[in-house]
Amino acid sequence: MRPNDRHYLPSHEWIKITGDTALIGITDFAVDELSSGNEGDLVYCDLPEVGRTLEDGETFGEIESVKAVADLNTPLAGEVVEINPAIEDHLEILSEDPWDRGWLIKIKLATKDTSKLLDAEGYEALLASQN
Amino acid sequence: MNKDLLLYEKSQPGRRTLRLGRLDVPAADLSALPAGALRRTPPDLPELGELELVRHYVRLSKKNVSIADSFYPLGSCTMKYNPVLNEAATAIPGFNAIHPLQDSGRVQGALAVMKRVADALAAVTGLPGVTLHPAAGAQGELTALLVAHRHFVETGQKQRKMVLIPDSAHGTNPASASIAGLQAVEVASGPDGLVDLDDLAAKLGEDTAVFMITNPSTLGLFETKIAKISEMVHAAGGLVYMDGANLNAILGVARPADFGVDMMHINLHKTFSTPHGGGGPGAGPICVTQELERYLPSPRVVEEEGGLRLDYDTPYSIGMLRGWAGNFGVLLRAYCYIRRLGAEGLLRVAQNAVLNANYLRVKLRGAFHVPYDRMCMHEFVCNTKNQREQGIHAVDVAKRLIDLGHHPMTIYFPLVVSEAMMIEPTETEAKETLDAFVADMLLIAEEAKHEPEKLHAAPVTTPVGRLDEGRAVKDPVLCYTCSH
Repeated sequence: MRPNDRHYLPSHEWIKITGDTALIGITDFAVDELSSGNEGDLVYCDLPEVGRTLEDGETFGEIESVKAVADLNTPLAGEVVEINPAIEDHLEILSEDPWDRGWLIKIKLATKDTSKLLDAEGYEALLASQN
Repeated sequence: MNKDLLLYEKSQPGRRTLRLGRLDVPAADLSALPAGALRRTPPDLPELGELELVRHYVRLSKKNVSIADSFYPLGSCTMKYNPVLNEAATAIPGFNAIHPLQDSGRVQGALAVMKRVADALAAVTGLPGVTLHPAAGAQGELTALLVAHRHFVETGQKQRKMVLIPDSAHGTNPASASIAGLQAVEVASGPDGLVDLDDLAAKLGEDTAVFMITNPSTLGLFETKIAKISEMVHAAGGLVYMDGANLNAILGVARPADFGVDMMHINLHKTFSTPHGGGGPGAGPICVTQELERYLPSPRVVEEEGGLRLDYDTPYSIGMLRGWAGNFGVLLRAYCYIRRLGAEGLLRVAQNAVLNANYLRVKLRGAFHVPYDRMCMHEFVCNTKNQREQGIHAVDVAKRLIDLGHHPMTIYFPLVVSEAMMIEPTETEAKETLDAFVADMLLIAEEAKHEPEKLHAAPVTTPVGRLDEGRAVKDPVLCYTCSH
């Protein structure tokens, strides 16, 4: 079971809310889909500038692996207040720990309405239905 | 390990392949050139005798893999055999010793080839307006989008800027839309791998410029609702563009104009047996409806009393897209192919391409998962879902195929299938070749179960083993550093 302290998008991003801010990252499933079995398979991640305002569902960046390039979408609207400085040169962190150390951006939430998002159970069900 | 030295490393001072004779014309006066543009020292070129030089290139050529030495089922690329007769035609001086600026009266043969290729493509597509300019399929896409944009500007519909593209499309489609100054919008596929009509309907509107569709799709599936899709796009005031990359599957069977296509490109290097890659040149002619014809690039070959000529007087044209009027040598090869096969032969090309792909699909579907397992067109997509528990990825199967003497299939495309392996045998392969490939794929499936490490280690028969693709992207070494 994936962590139930956060919400998910069908496009495999997660958002973890703490007070007025939230961390956004991608799930282990997304990392596996982008990889082909090697730690160095994720090669590039393009993240937004601090200060950029994101709408619900907006594409804020992209992540590239040896297999594909995928959009990164925000589950909720808000303003980017921080990007994870550790991952730029060390995308392997996403393979090691996509849930905590592998967060991508931190946003100041414009809304806390999570009613359109999936919870862990819903996300698991989605993955099961796609398999 | 590859021990081959570079020409520079083999160089020995004073070695020559050829000594030029004494200058027998007056030396050019270089004093008119700016001093900074004059070289003070001779260029550092490798110095080798002829035998060393010949061996160098022959050894390199043996490392090359091509359709001429092995099966090449690279999906989406239509790696069919390129007949030698095509090459013979290009050696005719009347074709290879002419210049585009020559008086048209002296190059009637070449102009006739261009005219006849255009006529043949119009017959195949049902679209009468043809330009031979684009140097590749992607440039054809760009040309067509510029033509569409010009059409909307001319007809007072400048607001039409959205280009709708299914999520299974070639990556060049959204890229072409961006370069043309238009905006790409993704349309979802349904569970059957075909365009989701509800999603399409929701995205069509007064801002719709073009709907771009690859048919057959990159999953090797014919869009069965294409006529309905065209109707919807036309009703919304948009144009239908077909990416003709997969035309090989429907040659002589279905005419795109008959299912509502307004514009399309044709990859001569796929469907019409001209060489692929190697840095080109390629050719991606586009065909359009009569209504759009006047916007095509300039110049165009026109027929008048007294012969053919290149017409530059084209006031509605989007202009010149590239130098001259197309890669002539490529057009000539395509002409040769078309004439040699005739209409009946082209139809058999499509039939056999589809037959070969379905033969492989059915032979392989027990061992490898085929997500859309139904009658396919010229290619099909399978994946490594059945091998997942052994930690086998598509890349492992591809690399193992190299050891077994086959060029790998396309992997990780289309993106809508996880661990995709896209197989396109083409019509030019014999049954024995297909059977040998099947036997090796089934062997790989067995190895995946019992010796997965063999797949992870592949390839082992090549000059270099498995390359670190991640590092090649992150830390590419693009420049040669001279060590002597």
